[in-house]
Amino acid sequence: MDNLLSIITFIPAVAAGILALFGRGQDAAAQRNAKWLALFATSATFLVSLFLLAGFDPANTGFQFVEEYDWIMGLQYKMGVDGISVLFVMLTTFLMPLVIASAWHVETRVKESLIAFLLLESLMIGVFCALDLMLFYVFFEAGLIPMFLIIGIWGGKDRIYASFKFFLYTFLGSVLMLVAMIVMYMLAGTTDIPTLMAFDFPHSDLSLLGLHIAGGVQTLLFLAFFASFAVKMPMWPVHTWLPDAHVQAPTAGSVVLAAILLKMGGYGFLRFSLPMFPVASDILSPLVFWMSAIAIVYTSLVALAQSDMKKLIAYSSVAHMGYVTMGIFTANQQGIDGAIFQMLSHGFISGALFLCVGVIYDRMHTREIDAYGGLVNRMPAYALVFMFFTMANVGLPGTSGFVGEFLTLMGIFQVNTWVAAVATSGVILSAAYALWLYRRVVMGELVKEALRSITDMSRRERAIFAPLIAATLILGVYPSLVTDIIGPSVKALITDYHAALPATDATQVALN
Amino acid sequence: MATIILFAPLIGALICGFGWRFIGERTGQVIATALVFLAAILSWIVFLTHDPAQTTHTVILRWIESGSLGTEWAIRLDRLTSIMLVVVNSVSALVHLYSFGYMAHDENWKDGEPYKARFFAYLSFFTFTMLMLVTSDNLVQMFFGWEGVGVASYLLIGFYYKKPSANAAAMKAFIVNRVGDFGFALGIFGLFYLTDSIRFDDVFAAAPTLAETNISFLWGEWNAANLIGVLLFIGAMGKSAQLFLHTWLPDAMEGPTPVSALIHAATMVTAGVFLVCRMSPVYEYAPQALFFITVLGACTAFVAATIGLVQNDIKRVIAYSTMSQLGYMFVAAGVGVYSVAMFHLFTHAFFKAMLFLGAGSVIHATHHEQDMRNYGGLRKKIPLTFWAMMIGTLAITGVGIPLTHFGFAGFLSKDAVIESAYVGNHFAFWLLVVAAGFTSFYSWRLMFLTFFGTSRAHGHGHDDHGHGHDSHGHDDHGHDDHGHGHHEPHESPAVMLIPLGALALGAVFSGMVWYNSFFGEEASVRSFFGLPAAVEHATEGEHAATEGEHATEAAPATTEAAPATEATTETHAAVTGEAPQGAIYIGAENHVLHEAHLVPKWVKVSPFIAMVLGFLMAFQFYIRRPDLPGRLAASQRPLYLFLLNKWYFDELYDVVFVRTAKWLGAFLWKRGDGNLIDGSINGVAMGIIPFFTRLAARAQSGYLFHYAFAMVLGIAALITWMTLSGGAH
Repeated sequence: MDNLLSIITFIPAVAAGILALFGRGQDAAAQRNAKWLALFATSATFLVSLFLLAGFDPANTGFQFVEEYDWIMGLQYKMGVDGISVLFVMLTTFLMPLVIASAWHVETRVKESLIAFLLLESLMIGVFCALDLMLFYVFFEAGLIPMFLIIGIWGGKDRIYASFKFFLYTFLGSVLMLVAMIVMYMLAGTTDIPTLMAFDFPHSDLSLLGLHIAGGVQTLLFLAFFASFAVKMPMWPVHTWLPDAHVQAPTAGSVVLAAILLKMGGYGFLRFSLPMFPVASDILSPLVFWMSAIAIVYTSLVALAQSDMKKLIAYSSVAHMGYVTMGIFTANQQGIDGAIFQMLSHGFISGALFLCVGVIYDRMHTREIDAYGGLVNRMPAYALVFMFFTMANVGLPGTSGFVGEFLTLMGIFQVNTWVAAVATSGVILSAAYALWLYRRVVMGELVKEALRSITDMSRRERAIFAPLIAATLILGVYPSLVTDIIGPSVKALITDYHAALPATDATQVALN
Repeated sequence: MATIILFAPLIGALICGFGWRFIGERTGQVIATALVFLAAILSWIVFLTHDPAQTTHTVILRWIESGSLGTEWAIRLDRLTSIMLVVVNSVSALVHLYSFGYMAHDENWKDGEPYKARFFAYLSFFTFTMLMLVTSDNLVQMFFGWEGVGVASYLLIGFYYKKPSANAAAMKAFIVNRVGDFGFALGIFGLFYLTDSIRFDDVFAAAPTLAETNISFLWGEWNAANLIGVLLFIGAMGKSAQLFLHTWLPDAMEGPTPVSALIHAATMVTAGVFLVCRMSPVYEYAPQALFFITVLGACTAFVAATIGLVQNDIKRVIAYSTMSQLGYMFVAAGVGVYSVAMFHLFTHAFFKAMLFLGAGSVIHATHHEQDMRNYGGLRKKIPLTFWAMMIGTLAITGVGIPLTHFGFAGFLSKDAVIESAYVGNHFAFWLLVVAAGFTSFYSWRLMFLTFFGTSRAHGHGHDDHGHGHDSHGHDDHGHDDHGHGHHEPHESPAVMLIPLGALALGAVFSGMVWYNSFFGEEASVRSFFGLPAAVEHATEGEHAATEGEHATEAAPATTEAAPATEATTETHAAVTGEAPQGAIYIGAENHVLHEAHLVPKWVKVSPFIAMVLGFLMAFQFYIRRPDLPGRLAASQRPLYLFLLNKWYFDELYDVVFVRTAKWLGAFLWKRGDGNLIDGSINGVAMGIIPFFTRLAARAQSGYLFHYAFAMVLGIAALITWMTLSGGAH
């Protein structure tokens, strides 16, 4: 199959088209059919993507499954994956059927909601596969629209404010990225990503409006991309859109947002910032480290103060993304391996945590922590699942949450022990907010009248959690499944990165 | 065989935890218990047959691999492992058995609420994680066990999940332990940075190089071995409840009593001691870290003993006693006699588990009464429990015939610790002797209050310490509505007494039987731990003795930079040589073990004298003049309250850490996120948006997402145009 990537990317979009064209009526039968179609399409995407994984050769650090066609107006349609991106594709295809299943009970504008999710899946896969700057940009930006609609239409009562905030934050960042892309095209004469990765962007120091800019053009380009990816991650201090977006988004939307959309920022750093602007990355990495370390401590503390479950988990997500950005810019094997692992693992864990909130939100229609308490008495299975993911979230060894955190911290320790110590203190704070949340929601006597008749998880809900639990455990016990695939590509990335730096003492050592 | 030992409890936990709905609670419990017993029997076989000179490594599965970092799930079997296997599995098996009786009826649960299978599953799960800890062959697997026992402990302390106090205690235990883990993790990162590996053998082989390496960490330059030693010890402080990170242990008594016996006395809390002994090849090159361990251990032993003097909750007295005894073990490790640390760990496991199980039997007999002021005269009513507790008390206070090797387990191991401390550190020695006196006092106080005198169960005359309303003292379940008048105290069933009997054997004989192995002549200790024979060592010792002078001078001087190590550029200390043979490592200039046998006679007798004094004091206070304690407490009220409130550590931490963190969180959220970030960004946005809105007034439809579409379309057009024109240039 020469165009496997395109097939994977566009199956959901085709399904969305079918729904849009042929899905009629709002009666129960039509709704059910639409749901089954969506579930079928996303499952099929996942199954097809297994061929991608099976055919992928980890030892080859170049791009595989490459497709290249001329597109409109002289642009190229070029797709391909390497060890860094292939697992993000898998993460997306793996999670989407679960997302569709988790929204099974939605009854307002079912068809439209499913179309939005299906389109979103196509666009997300496209982001991870695109090998052309413009194609990447189109996927990256277009993905905003369905997410914006999901929050704005199916969200909570302040959904308009939240979707507005979401859109503006991410979009303003992207505008700068767009400008940078145009500059890159003018400098390199191509929008082909593999070519750009090898291109040596000028990095001699510049003086602009009286400002001395170390790293010159590279630094400016880096900052433009950084604006976009940092918002997307999100990094402190541009993270404030995320808690609002999560709180207002419907459960399925939150899952996609936390599990996949946030990863685009991290992926962007790995695909663009590090390989294309190595000198600037090197110059600015201390800034990123400190932003990450502050993010970890700051947002963990803020999470302690939350009274809304979703907001708490959203802040916890920001903290966990702090490990990712920190790991990426260590530019050593442990750091980057850990960052990628952390992103994948966070996809399962934060997704599952938002689903956990969704389970009780569906029953009680509130996210207030104070409205709960003593759920274990009525919902033992739920208590077990929630406990499992709480522990995974605090990075318990044996779950996937540990591996990412551990490797990124190990990576940063080799670079900067101050940042390492500050970031490691996050393990204390994460235990505090996560266990406190669990205690207030699940433990204790069940005294609230409204909770007396709450029911435990249904079979559908259990079926959604089962794969997530399996993934979290398997990757925690046998992380080589991931590191074997990403390792060689990451190694190549690091080698190129250090080779591109002007030879100084520091880089010499790092190469040794 | 080690693999079976390791996984039997896990299988038991899974079957019991998930399978009990299908096979019944009782069957699940039996299976879990049987599998732990199997593990225990196999452990003894391994302990008695495994050749200590051979360290075997069994790799099970690959684990975290990244670049030069490689770790496996693996089993390391040597003497240290086999000692811990025996301790963990024996106590665990007995506690499983005991729990059949103890958990049979529990007033915390309504009729029909299943809880037993869950309890047994947690116990077995704990056993598994503890085994992972002690069998680990690298630091990350140890960290897995380390955090795994933390989770098991969290689950078991919070077992009575309806009780707010239990939930709070569970959380506290986990979080305080995480503070320790913070240090432990940094220690692991540091070791990887320095040695490029975290497998024990590689690390041990690199240890001599570490001693000569400097590393810049945070604000200063440090000697690598000392820094790593201290960081790892911070982890040990958390797990083993050493001073400053100890506050969780007394609260952990909220868990059911068998849990206290297994986790918070015999096994998990000793993990820190095990860690220090396991890392002895590194610590032997880290004199300052060892000094720190010695002093902190001695202080812990002393502080905990003082608090134990005045507590009224029977379990809390034993908890502080545990903390104190852990301090003893750390002193032994700190002065360099790791074998003695393990010796005390080994004997302590038996007699402390027994004291807890005995206390559990008392609590069971008195229908969940835990306040000793409401006991009294129980000797006749529960005679078997009384004798078991008596043996435990004789063991912990260290009864034996001075200057011989004949006595209860605690006599031999504790005296070994104190004699070693005399050689290594006089400050620690004196604190430990005083603590030994206190130990004797509070242990006998416990015995006298519980078993002697007349019953105080009906009359609420709190005859001593009447002022101290210890809010923790009362176990808030059960006994109020039950009323003691209706139920006479009754002896516990056989399933609870048999484990007591088995542990009693250990408490009496384990010291005498293994004295030579742990604290005999150097040759026998060396062969027990699989170290190279002393003969070979002696020749080496000559050679090293001359060098030793340089080493002892140079090592403490951290400012004296080792040659050619500019810490910023230096990445990995070269791994030279091989890991030393044997389960522990004794440096060439470390002769503490030998010299401990040569201490003056008064030193050897001193703990015995302290013990007798403590006994006499207790006898005077609680048998002859029961009014004395109350009067003393009244006259020395500030001191009494200071001790009763546990030196106010909890109150201090609450203000300094807990409240501060919560306040800071709320502050950052409202002011940082709310006012500063959102305020400025929204301010800008709200200035711009209306401008756009006016421009787009004609296309206005009132729906936000229409604007969004318009913006995206506009941008798409912009891209196309700019790209094309960009291409034209």
